[in-house]
Amino acid sequence: MTHRLKPSQYAILLAIILTAPIGDSLLKRGMAQVGQVDFQHLGLLWHALFNPYVDVGIVLLIGFFASYTTALSWADLSFVAPATASSYIVIALLGRIWMHEHLSLSRWLGIAMIMCAVGFVAGGPSRTEHPELDSMDAGAAR
Amino acid sequence: MSDASLLLRAWAAIVVVSALAVIGEVLIAAGMRQLGDLDDIRAESGLGGAIRAVLTNVTFLAGALCMALNFFGMLFALSIAQLSLAGPAIGALTYIGNAFAAKLYLHENVDKRRWLATLFVAIGVVLLSR
Repeated sequence: MTHRLKPSQYAILLAIILTAPIGDSLLKRGMAQVGQVDFQHLGLLWHALFNPYVDVGIVLLIGFFASYTTALSWADLSFVAPATASSYIVIALLGRIWMHEHLSLSRWLGIAMIMCAVGFVAGGPSRTEHPELDSMDAGAAR
Repeated sequence: MSDASLLLRAWAAIVVVSALAVIGEVLIAAGMRQLGDLDDIRAESGLGGAIRAVLTNVTFLAGALCMALNFFGMLFALSIAQLSLAGPAIGALTYIGNAFAAKLYLHENVDKRRWLATLFVAIGVVLLSR
């Protein structure tokens, strides 16, 4: 068994890559509208729940956690973590396109290094060949 | 408090927060491995059955607790360390710690390709934050 991914499993990895940075960006935009929260203004957290950006951001972050958990049920942690690091690239590009932030040379270098890393792991198997662990999977699937 | 003492506190917080993230992710991964492929569970017991299986797994819940502590630890770390130090340092340490923990505790085959990928991501995260 080579543990190659199915198209639906690639879709889960893509969901991890997209939901976390887009969710974070929406929360950031929503909280900028709500205002700065401190111990004197904790009530603002309640108001934040009625901000549409915050609501969609929370839904996306719940989707991220569900996708991440699902991926760990069929792939190694040492595969999933670097394979989904493209989310850092998405957040940098979102900052550039959406927030008109400047991307310095070192940021472009960082993006290039993360893309190389994703390429390294994407070419290998998603899960360790391990008879004992595979028998655990079989037991769980019964 | 002296600068050296502040820096020491900041790094102590960074190491603790990174360790909590690594422990949380390893426990969640171990819990999910115990359960097996969630797609298979969902096919057999439906979405409710899959959610129930995850939420009744003690290892997963311990991991989720560590991730919650990691979240609050991150808030504390950001209150004593600059974001430009804490953000990339925690990100990079968590990636490297995950690779070591996956090899030692989950017995994953962390081959040369995965080590290289982990190192590249860690350096990439640091570069992105500059």
